[in-house]
Order: sequence, then structure tokens, then C-alpha cells
Amino acid sequence: MSTSTQTIEQLASREYKYGFITDVEQESAPRGINEDIVRLISGKKQEPEWLLEWRLKAYRTWLTMKEPTWANVSYGPIDYQDMIYYAAPKKRPSLQSLDEVDPEVRRTFDKLGISLEEQKLLSGVAVDAVFDSVSVATTFKEKLGELGIIFCSFSDAVQNHPELVRKYLGSVVPYSDNFFATLNSAVFSDGSFAYIPKGTRCPMELSTYFRINARETGQFERTLIIAEEGSFVSYLEGCTAPMRDENQLHAAVVELIALDDATIKYSTVQNWYPGDKEGKGGIYNFVTKRGKCLGVNSKITWTQVETGSAITWKYPGCVLMGDNSIGEFYSVATTNNWQQADTGTKMIHLGKNTRSTIVSKGISAGHGQNTYRGLVKIAKGARGARNYSQCDSLLIGDQCGAHTFPYLEIKNSTARVEHEASTSKIGEDQIFYCRQRGLSSEDAVNLIVSGFCRDVFRQLPMEFAVEAQKLLSISLEGSVG
Amino acid sequence: MLRIRNLHARVAGREILRGVDLSMDPGDVHAIMGPNGSGKSTLARVLAGHPEYEVTAGEVFFDGQDVLSMDPETRARAGMFMAFQYPVELPGVNNAYFLKAALNALRTHRGEEELDAMDFMALVRDRMKQLGIDETLLNRPVNEGFSGGEKKRNEIFQMAVLEPRLGILDETDSGLDIDALKIVAHGVNAMRSPDRAFLLITHYQRLLDYVVPDVVHVLSDGRIVRSGGKELAFELEEKGYGWLEEPVG
Repeated sequence: MSTSTQTIEQLASREYKYGFITDVEQESAPRGINEDIVRLISGKKQEPEWLLEWRLKAYRTWLTMKEPTWANVSYGPIDYQDMIYYAAPKKRPSLQSLDEVDPEVRRTFDKLGISLEEQKLLSGVAVDAVFDSVSVATTFKEKLGELGIIFCSFSDAVQNHPELVRKYLGSVVPYSDNFFATLNSAVFSDGSFAYIPKGTRCPMELSTYFRINARETGQFERTLIIAEEGSFVSYLEGCTAPMRDENQLHAAVVELIALDDATIKYSTVQNWYPGDKEGKGGIYNFVTKRGKCLGVNSKITWTQVETGSAITWKYPGCVLMGDNSIGEFYSVATTNNWQQADTGTKMIHLGKNTRSTIVSKGISAGHGQNTYRGLVKIAKGARGARNYSQCDSLLIGDQCGAHTFPYLEIKNSTARVEHEASTSKIGEDQIFYCRQRGLSSEDAVNLIVSGFCRDVFRQLPMEFAVEAQKLLSISLEGSVG
Repeated sequence: MLRIRNLHARVAGREILRGVDLSMDPGDVHAIMGPNGSGKSTLARVLAGHPEYEVTAGEVFFDGQDVLSMDPETRARAGMFMAFQYPVELPGVNNAYFLKAALNALRTHRGEEELDAMDFMALVRDRMKQLGIDETLLNRPVNEGFSGGEKKRNEIFQMAVLEPRLGILDETDSGLDIDALKIVAHGVNAMRSPDRAFLLITHYQRLLDYVVPDVVHVLSDGRIVRSGGKELAFELEEKGYGWLEEPVG
């Protein structure tokens, strides 16, 4: 075996950096799911009656649904009655000041490198930190409030802006949408809410760090972002979770609504625990993310860098209703060791002259299996719709896999749809070339992978791009030497 | 500076080098010529540490260091540079970024401070001007979509920035038109100095019209069968390689 083949097989051995458990007293619901649990969650959150009814409708629908099996991933059966659907840190701090946050929680954030003080002082990023299921700290709220921007936890939005929540909740991802989204609709715990008023450009990147911490507590986040006419918002979502032996289910729902001339950029760097080198443990990430370009000339851009999770099942999509609206999807998905990802996008063209762009970069290493699954649908009335899709796969080593499933449904003859796909391997010649210039094998791989992902990284806000690049090199560490 | 003794090497189970001996001193320019399949490029790749080539016997010392025990990046950091016969494409990797990473890897190895972007660009612009290379090359991905000539010029450009102690040019002249050849030759000539050596591997005598070697070696069937002055190259050009197969006294 040549040296580089050996090194390729070694490139999969870095320990998960964020594997630790915070010891905070937890308040948990009993195991399992039934109508009482749904009522309990709703009651804990003092929700209005209509929301409880909505949850119950979702729950009853969910009972009639089957877990989907079409994705190109495999895992053992999930026992939905063995999970805890609600957990909250007992000492819920008031949101007046950072000082009132549980010191243990603060230390956790510090370990993750998310110092709220620093965030507040230096970066100009408003952080709605979700610790398990309840938001513990919100910053920059006042400053945003002056502009009429609402950025708060989902629970707070239900209390303080029920009319907005009621109008838009489920308007993009209905409670009956799919097995996991429907489960989420029944038991969602918390999440983020953002509302950008007419003509307002949100002056800072809104960001949320999600974190799963309570043992065996599936997280059911719910995010809703509404951009009114002529507004602009860039939203960052970054995730880390502590190390676990048991698989953990995460079924989030994100809904975006862009009205006339509004733009929403939604960027994700996802770094959940992928399981160990033998494929044990790790997060199941079954997420429904969808944006609706409701208004004319509206635009929604999804950018995602997926490095974590044992299994990823995720298709951030855009429903392009408004004429001339634009949907974009830029994705880097990495699978190493025994990770599996089935991810892609759905672009649904309904309005005239709607445009969509899909750039997907899949990287497989170790025994990782990476699937791109994308739907481009051009409805009858979508005259002049255009789509460009580019799906590239990069293989590291020879025990991983890359798969591409593009679905095209074109019902209007004026549509222009292009699809390009490529699969390449990191060549030993490329690594040798870099080494001959003085770079280590690992630097060589990072360089080649970064080059491969360049079109996607370019879409990320600057500091996020740096973080993404770092995560990528961490997640591939040990896969090439 | 470079001492090769009785070097044997094989690739894919086939023995290509069968006992190469070669010595070079600082300031030397040696040319290695020979027919196709004689082992010229194998010699270059073995010196650079290509993982597909297996050394079965012999030794190589560079500035007193045992080259064969060093991995490729350590050889590069020690000052050995190889201009590739077929420069490899690195899609999406910015040429300037790549070169800066390489240069800083070398500088770190030598205990020097890394160059920041400003100083690096100043150095790079200077070298580009010297070599007559277009600046747009910097912002393109490494070798991606480059013409054959551009790739070779990029190799010489990298060499000019990395300033190795030993430059090994593996058939850098092949496939070049006369203008590109002149740029390559000019680059090498500009870098010639009393403490830097060059090993030019070439199939044709043409390059040697522009870069005049101190010594010409002829490699045949994995061994150096003849060494001489630059006039040996002319002789080869005239008579071909056939006459070398005959035993020499």
C-alpha cells in the first residue's frame, strides 16, 4: 500500500471537540408521546388555545403517518415512546441581563467558544442562544427593537406577537407536511422568531446557536422568519452538541416568508455529534426547512455547511410564488467515518420568470455515504422559469460513496433547466503536488477541499466562512495523511 | 550538494533505475538526457519522493541529509523543488493562496516568520515582473484551465517565489513553443547562482541552447551511460540515442 493510501485511511480520527455534558438541573416530561404530553408542553408554555389545537391536530395526523423510508440512509428503528419530548433547565433565568444566566450554562457557552459578552461587544451579532429547549439569553434585542425588528425565542413570540405567529405558522410547512415536520408541529419546544418590518434592512446578522444537551431529549426546534416588503435579513444558524452514546433525534422545522422585494439569507453551519469512528451514537438530523417567496422580486438563499450528525435528512427548499422571485441553494455536505447524508433542495417554480440556482458539493470520506437529492418543479403557469443546478461530489479514499438523485418536473415549455454533475477523487497526484511544495498531506487535503467548496463558502458571511472552513478540516481530519 | 549513489528504484513492480550515480555541487547546472523510457522522469520523481516509486537500493544525500528517509514535504522544505512534467490541477484553489501557504510552510521550517499578505504580494509581483508573467495568473485556480505553456510557466514562477537550493526540472521544455521556452529558460538563468543547483531533465537539446549546462549526462536503461560537457548534447541531437547502446570503451 502506498503512503498516501495509508494516509487517506488515517484521515478519520479526530475526537469530537465539543463532547461534554453540562450539569444543570433539568425539568423533564415523562418518556413517550401522547395527547397529554402535547398538552403538557403547550401548558408549560402558557400557549393560547388555538396553538394547542394546532399541536393536537398535528399529533393526530402524525399518528396516521409512517416514517419515510425512501431516503438513502439506514438506521435502526426509532422508539418514539422511549424519548423525552420536553426538558427545560429548572432555574429559568430572566432575560434582563446576561449576569442572570446560570453560570454553568455560561461556562458551556464559553467552552463552545461562544462568549456572549464577546459576541455582544465585538461581533455585533445578536445571539438567541437556545440551550436545550428554552432560550436562556437574548442580546441586542433593544437595538433591533428601535428598528421595529422582532428577534426573540419562538415562545416569546407566541406570548408577545401571537397575531404574527398565528398568521404565518404552518403557512410554509403545514402541520401535515411530512412525518418529522408533523411530529415537530405537535411537540416543538422552542426556537427562534424574526420579523423584519417593511423597508427595513436588518443591520446585523441574526444568529442562533443550537445545542442539544439533555440526555435522550429529542429537540424539536421551530423557527419562523418573516421579511416584510422591501426588507432584508441575514440569519445564521450554527450548531454543536455534546458527545452521546444513544442516538438522538432532532427534527426541526424552519419556515421563511419573503414578501414583495424582500430578501432572506439563511446560512447554517451544522456540526452535531456525528457518532464515533465505529458509527456508534450521533445525532439523527431530520429537518424540514422551506422558504416561501410570496412576493414579487423576493429572494431566499439557503447556504448550508453540514459536517456533523450521524444521519442527515434535509432539503431546504424554496416555493417561488411571486413573479421574478429567486431561490438559491448552496450546500456543502461532508460525511466521514460512518456518517450518512441524504440532502438537497426543492425548488418549486410557480410564478413567472422565477429563477433558481442549486450548487451542491458533497464530500465523502471514510465509510461516509453522501446523497444529493434535489427536486426542480416548474408549474404550468411558471412562464420563463429558469433553473441551474450543479452537483459535485468529491471522494476521499475508496470506501465511501456519493449518489445523485435529481428530479425534474417541467410543466411549462418555456422553462430552461440545466443540470451539471461531476464526481472526482482527491488524487494522490494532487496531494503529492502540494507536498512537493512543502505542504503536509493534511494541509493539502484541506486546501483541495476548500477549493472544491469555494462556490459555497463565498456565499457565507465572512466570519462564518472561516468557521465553516475550520469545521470542515476538523471533520475530515484523519481521512488523509 | 547532491550525492546519488547506486540508486535503484521501481514502480508497479518494474525496475526502472538500475544503479544511478550522480554528484552535483552548488552552482552546478546538470542536464539529464536520454531516450523515452530510460528512467529520466523516474529519477526526478524518486528524488522528490513520489509515493508510487519504491527505492530498492542506493542512497541519496542532499546537503548531507539522508533524502530517502525524508517525506516529500520535508525534502521540499529542505530546498528541493521539482517542476512537474505534468503540473497537477487543483480546482478552486487560488494560485496566490496556494503559493503563500507553500512559501510560509518553507519559512516556518527555516525558523523564519511567515509573510503576511502585503509582503507576499510584493514578492510575488516582483517575481512576475522578472519573469514576464501576467498577473491574472495569480487569481486563477492552480493550473485549472491553464494551457500547457501556462502550466509550465506557473511551475517556473513557483520556483522563483520558493527559491529552492536545488531545482529539478522534469521535461519542463516538452510541448512548449519557442516563446514559452524562452520564458522558462530566462527564469532558470535568472535564478542561477553560486549556491543554487539545477537538474534539467530533457528529451531534447533545444532547452540547452538557452540554459547552458555544466555537465550533460545520458541516461539509458536506468543507468548513466555517459557524461560530458554541453557538446555531448549536440552529439546526441545529431546522432540520436542509438549509438549509445553500443558498448563504450
